[in-house]
Amino acid sequence: MSETATIFTLPASRDPARAVGEGAVVRVLLIGAALGFVGLFLFIPLAAVFSQALAKGWSVYWTSLREPDALSAIRLTLLAAGIAVPCNLVFGVAAAWAIAKFNFRGKSILITLVDLPFAVSPVISGLVYVLLFGLQGWFGPWLSEHNIRIIFAVPGIVLATIFVTFPFVARELIPLMQAQGNEEEQAALSLGASGWKTFFRVTLPNIKWGLFYGVILCNARAMGEFGAVSVVSGHIRGLTNTMPLHVEILYNEYNFAAAFAVASILTMLALVTLGLKTLVEWKSRRQFAELSRDRREGGES
Amino acid sequence: MPGFGITMGITLTYLSLVVLVPLAALFLKTTTMTWSSFWHTVSDARVLAAFRLSLGASLVGGVINTVFGVILAWVLVRYRFPGRKLIDALVDLPFALPTAVAGIALTSLYASNGWIGRILEPLGVKVAFTWLGVVVALTFIGLPFVVRTVQPVLEDLDREVEEASASLGASRAQTVLRVILPEIGPAALTGFALAFARALGEYGSVIFIAGNMPMRTEIVPLLVVIKLEQFDYAGAAAIAVAMLVVSFVLLLFINVLQWWSARRRAFA
Repeated sequence: MSETATIFTLPASRDPARAVGEGAVVRVLLIGAALGFVGLFLFIPLAAVFSQALAKGWSVYWTSLREPDALSAIRLTLLAAGIAVPCNLVFGVAAAWAIAKFNFRGKSILITLVDLPFAVSPVISGLVYVLLFGLQGWFGPWLSEHNIRIIFAVPGIVLATIFVTFPFVARELIPLMQAQGNEEEQAALSLGASGWKTFFRVTLPNIKWGLFYGVILCNARAMGEFGAVSVVSGHIRGLTNTMPLHVEILYNEYNFAAAFAVASILTMLALVTLGLKTLVEWKSRRQFAELSRDRREGGES
Repeated sequence: MPGFGITMGITLTYLSLVVLVPLAALFLKTTTMTWSSFWHTVSDARVLAAFRLSLGASLVGGVINTVFGVILAWVLVRYRFPGRKLIDALVDLPFALPTAVAGIALTSLYASNGWIGRILEPLGVKVAFTWLGVVVALTFIGLPFVVRTVQPVLEDLDREVEEASASLGASRAQTVLRVILPEIGPAALTGFALAFARALGEYGSVIFIAGNMPMRTEIVPLLVVIKLEQFDYAGAAAIAVAMLVVSFVLLLFINVLQWWSARRRAFA
């Protein structure tokens, strides 16, 4: 850009950097508006969570985290995420392999369908399972005959969590694997590697950062989901309450310090997620830069 | 390449079991109603009031996010100042923070004894438990969309075009209005539509701050929950279907918009 720019912006009196920039006043105003907005909507709410959590001191904070209902909520949240994330991980990798490595009709429809759960309100995500497995639902009578509980029980919570976190891994991997193409895998296969070996030795190292990125976002949503889980949970204390639902119950009982104590754990989880996400973005950008540099040098030699 | 059969098999089976069959059950449920009872449910005054609030508050939140999202994206891409990277990372907080946590945090801030409510109350502005509270919550959860759609477009924007415009005698304001804004317009509009669609279905962050007064501060997703609690499954399904129709129209709009801006860029 510099060469052409210096040729055409001849008059030396006109500093090109100034001509395409804003005056100091405008600059300060814009930065001020941006910081004000971010401060009002991001920093102050964050500060509020921690300040309210500690409003009654550390001992109340610790007790509210160690009481049995809180512990069982933490356990259930870990269980739901522990099932939902691996399921969606396997599905995400399989879907990305089928969609990115092969050509078939209806591919764009399939991609849209994979993204569908993001377009659905969390409340509806819970509702669909109530309509299927609830007492008045399609399978309700059969399930109650066989004494199986899905709605207002743990399986419903797991299902709703799987639904809302369904697209995360797949939508991260599909564009990544499409961009990487099939060449490396085909080289490995032609050298006699099996399909599985090719996947673990060639594909997986190439997609590891994208995969990790998808998994941490999937996990954050799985642990934090409220609406969908709230519809199928039935809010049975100590049995079907996840951490976000426990926060709601405590808050509605005006037990603010305890509600914010549990909320502060979820907030720290969100902050760790953002930190890891930034790290992965930085790592994958570097990996991408190295990749394109290798390609360029390889092309020249 | 091996593995098409098994990966496609897993994909279609899992997609059908987890997403397609349950969603089909929702639409099937509404077919158990007659057309008139469906219409009666959806056009009930309380439901219409909720739709008005949900659409109106999502619209206002979307507009706020579009204005500040474009400014924020501009500041993050063009200027260097301390804390820029921290802010860039924190923009995604509304995606990562559980909605219930956002809900109680915003409610405690804007309640009459909260940090912000205490300042606004004497000025006669009530935010918590009014429609303004709904707008605040929906602005929070839609915050990342416009920033994240506009940011890459601004990064790719060729500075030469701005220099050319300046060297042809355009003032900075003219360059911004005539050259830069048309470039980022489609991305900003896409971000707006995404934020709007997300806001329409949002539940967790809103129900705490809204106060949930019938006819006044009830959002549509809350009515689905209320119908379910009354074991009116068909009514819940009917409202849900009405919501889905609105979201799908929006999704279609976003796709057309992206297709249009891609075509514009290809010909440019």
